[in-house]
Amino acid sequence: MQMIRRKLLGALAALPMLGMIPGAAQAEGKIVIGEINSYTRLPAFTEPYKKGWTLAMEELNAAGGIDGRMIEVISRDDTGDPATAIRIAEELTSKEGAVMIFGTFLSNIGLAVADFAKQKEVLFLASEPLSDAIVWSKGNKYTYRLRPSTHMQAAMLAERAAKLGKKKWATVAPNYAYGKDAVAAFKSELTKLQPGVEFVEEQWPPVFKIDAGSTVRALEASKPDAIFNVTFGGDLAKFVREGSLRFLFEDRTVVSLLTGEPEYLNPLGTEAPEGWIVTGYPPEQIETDEHKAFMAAYEARWGEAPKTGSIVGYNSMLAIKAVLMKAGSVETEALLAAMEGLEIPTSPTGPFMFRAADHQSTMGAYVGLTTQKDGMGMMTDWAYADGADYLPSEEEAAKLRPAE
Amino acid sequence: MGFYFAQLLTGLANASSLFLIACGLSIIFGVTRIVNFAHGSFYMIGAYLAYTLVTTLPHGIFGFWFSVVVAALIVGVVGLLIELTILRRIYHAPELFQLVATFGVVLIIQDVALAIWGAEDLLGPRAPGLDRAVRIMGEPIPEYDLALILIGPLVLAGIWVLFHRTRWGVLVRAATQDREMVDALGVNQAWLFSGVFVLGSALAGLGGALQIPREAVSLQMDLSVIGEAFVVVVIGGMGSVAGAFVAAVLISVLNAFAILVFPQISIVLPFVVMAVVLIVRPYGLFGKPGSEHGGAEEPEQPLRLLSPQATMVLMALVMVLAASPAVVSEFSTTLLVDVMVATLFAVSLHFMMGLGGMVSFGHAAYFGVGAYGAAMTVKYLGLGMLPAMAIGPLAAAGAALVFGWFCVRLSGVYLAMLTLAAAQILWGVTFQWQEFAGGDDGILGVWPDKWASDDWIYFYVAFVLCVGGIWLMRRVAHAPFGYGLRGIRDSAIRAEALGMDVKFHQWMGFTLAGAVAGLAGAVFAFSKGSVFPDVLGIGQSVDGLIMVLLGGIHALAGPIFGAGVFVLIEDWVLKLDYWRFIFGAIILLVVLLAPDGVAGGVDRLLRALGLRKERES
Repeated sequence: MQMIRRKLLGALAALPMLGMIPGAAQAEGKIVIGEINSYTRLPAFTEPYKKGWTLAMEELNAAGGIDGRMIEVISRDDTGDPATAIRIAEELTSKEGAVMIFGTFLSNIGLAVADFAKQKEVLFLASEPLSDAIVWSKGNKYTYRLRPSTHMQAAMLAERAAKLGKKKWATVAPNYAYGKDAVAAFKSELTKLQPGVEFVEEQWPPVFKIDAGSTVRALEASKPDAIFNVTFGGDLAKFVREGSLRFLFEDRTVVSLLTGEPEYLNPLGTEAPEGWIVTGYPPEQIETDEHKAFMAAYEARWGEAPKTGSIVGYNSMLAIKAVLMKAGSVETEALLAAMEGLEIPTSPTGPFMFRAADHQSTMGAYVGLTTQKDGMGMMTDWAYADGADYLPSEEEAAKLRPAE
Repeated sequence: MGFYFAQLLTGLANASSLFLIACGLSIIFGVTRIVNFAHGSFYMIGAYLAYTLVTTLPHGIFGFWFSVVVAALIVGVVGLLIELTILRRIYHAPELFQLVATFGVVLIIQDVALAIWGAEDLLGPRAPGLDRAVRIMGEPIPEYDLALILIGPLVLAGIWVLFHRTRWGVLVRAATQDREMVDALGVNQAWLFSGVFVLGSALAGLGGALQIPREAVSLQMDLSVIGEAFVVVVIGGMGSVAGAFVAAVLISVLNAFAILVFPQISIVLPFVVMAVVLIVRPYGLFGKPGSEHGGAEEPEQPLRLLSPQATMVLMALVMVLAASPAVVSEFSTTLLVDVMVATLFAVSLHFMMGLGGMVSFGHAAYFGVGAYGAAMTVKYLGLGMLPAMAIGPLAAAGAALVFGWFCVRLSGVYLAMLTLAAAQILWGVTFQWQEFAGGDDGILGVWPDKWASDDWIYFYVAFVLCVGGIWLMRRVAHAPFGYGLRGIRDSAIRAEALGMDVKFHQWMGFTLAGAVAGLAGAVFAFSKGSVFPDVLGIGQSVDGLIMVLLGGIHALAGPIFGAGVFVLIEDWVLKLDYWRFIFGAIILLVVLLAPDGVAGGVDRLLRALGLRKERES
């Protein structure tokens, strides 16, 4: 018994050494793309995203790939840690032969990988992180971003909020960069559209640790006319429950970032709020041909309705396909040249392009009201807001970026 | 007036739910001395089970409370299984070693919960009959909050009766005070420990189940409560259930009022309160002197100098490492830098824990200050890599000098928790202070200078600094200063009688360990190119702890084995689906096979193979 134990131990210690053997040369013919995301840390958001890009990749390969070359995505879990993400990015580019990287959800990981991309001179398509800094204050030549940013979504909401004519606003946002950016953007956009608006209270609960009862009461004490909410996930559920129990939402309009996304709205079930102005994604109601085709294919492949992550993943792969086709090469310089002003003429959410000046895509979001139907939260009275309309002009945006 | 009274009630409701989570932890620690990281996982399972039961059973008052109780009982059974199969086998391992096993359990439960209940948050129904708010002095108060305000003290009373009015409870209290004596009196400790573990687990499950009407059940629940639960237990005094209750009330009520004035405070409030309490009362509010350590252990073997043969083997291994960039792939070079950084970090922590006898749950503070110090030198002073690498460790030494002065006044678990408080406060500062420290967006662009930007050149920079740092720690361990530290660890009273300034000696040891951790942090910063508050976080501290304990705390080589095994296995399993389950299982396997750590296992292996002589006694 003793001997067996020791042998096991030795074998165990040797196992990871397997990884140290230099990787096999990249197989001829296929194009390897690296993908990184927080699969174990935030499965609720990253699983639909993975299903989205997987579907697009399978469709692309079934249709013959890129000029006959198949796409292979090597997808890895960053565990929610920026340092691990950097190590994986290194592995994907230097060992696995990835020609570009895409993915990431958390803003700090997005920024870390963007900086890695700049240092190692490789193209990075930040699919999901919302941080404005990724394309503006900390933007770089090698990084592009797909999803509509915090600023864009806040501006979409501010436009609708201004029409309410409410004077006294309170804000509640998780206490980190995303929450701070969102509140700052909403304040500045709303003040532009409705001069004289007042912000009477700010609450900053720690992310995923909201003390909802106390927060709700602090908001209530300021007697605002309307509330701007940035909390999401578990914090949102607690906030909604405590807020409705304590009548916070009576006769008050709530404007809420991302709450219309199925990832956040579905778990609320019968407690989904009524009449909140939100950004989101109402998959079952979008009637364009492109979206109907996407939705049918997605449901056939995965047996469930798509979520926001699904559409972001799907559009990421469409963008990758477009850039590879346009570049006609997998060299980074050619890919970078192709990314500038890259147009994706058809996608489930409609056409979008990547702006050359600030590397932000013009993919938009759906803005509408929340409501309930058959015990499920859903969006109503919504419209698609094209991202291009909520971005500063390309000249202004270029000024927001550091000099290269 | 009504407003403030209502705010007080909100705080008290939160206090009850916090107490329910923390009391089980306090009981388990008080008796078994296990620092149970899996407590948060039990809490999460309790919530998931209650959700499943509540939504399956017919909706109603009976169904709801029945589900809550059954969920708690099932969690108790899960706790029993873990105690019987894993923990029971390692009670005689070195102090704190059991926390490695519970860390493995945390990883496994995360994946199991994901597999069973899926990724999406689950929002359960409100409590039937308690689903509205009542007006008290004109302010709406949820009925369920009032119920919680009652349940907390009821559970406290129940525990009191159990501990003071039953024979079993008397034995448990006796074991909390003196394990050996209880054992000597013929009480079956194994049975007692199992019972306590079941009770503690079931209370965690109850805490989770009672959260159903308040929040959505999610996979983040486990890690989100564990930190605060420990804080509550420590503020109250380890093993004191009533203390935990007072601490929970203190923290929750303070938070309810503090956010009215200063909304950003929530993020660090519990840790600030804990730091203040521990500085004023070194054993927590209700703890007694002596509650900080487990039972007496076998004294450690003195350190031995390496034999000439062993020195040659070691030198050969270092040479192989030095030559490795010529052989292995580019990526493996990067991975080896990670291994070296982790090893240096673990060695510095081992210096504190193993040689200095000062356990740290917040060693990441100095790693992080080193990394931030280096990053800020580049960002604000515009200096190059080498000056930054000098300033990083100096900054870390400065931080360790300040925090160490407070920490060395405590001992055992209280010292460990004060280091954690220091780390969390620093984390809060970097996380909050966007203008200066970059907030959670961190500091980018901390790459090596042009001349060192090739991976293999940076490998040699890291090699010189890390191997040099490890050599320094080893050298100090065998120097008079190291002998002094070990002497203090083994008997502070005798060391003092010999004329040593015990506190000063420990303080300097703390500072040196901090500086070396800072060096690891600086090397880390340039290898990743960016620094985020995560480097100061609990996760980083726990990784260090696991490496030291897994490697074997009683050997100088322990942290080196531990860090190597940890980083390489992690890198390998990350490629797999359900890697947390596999990683957790591997950790449990190592724990069961080598309760004295990898170094101990290797030592036994060498002796069995006749490569190492038996120790002369």
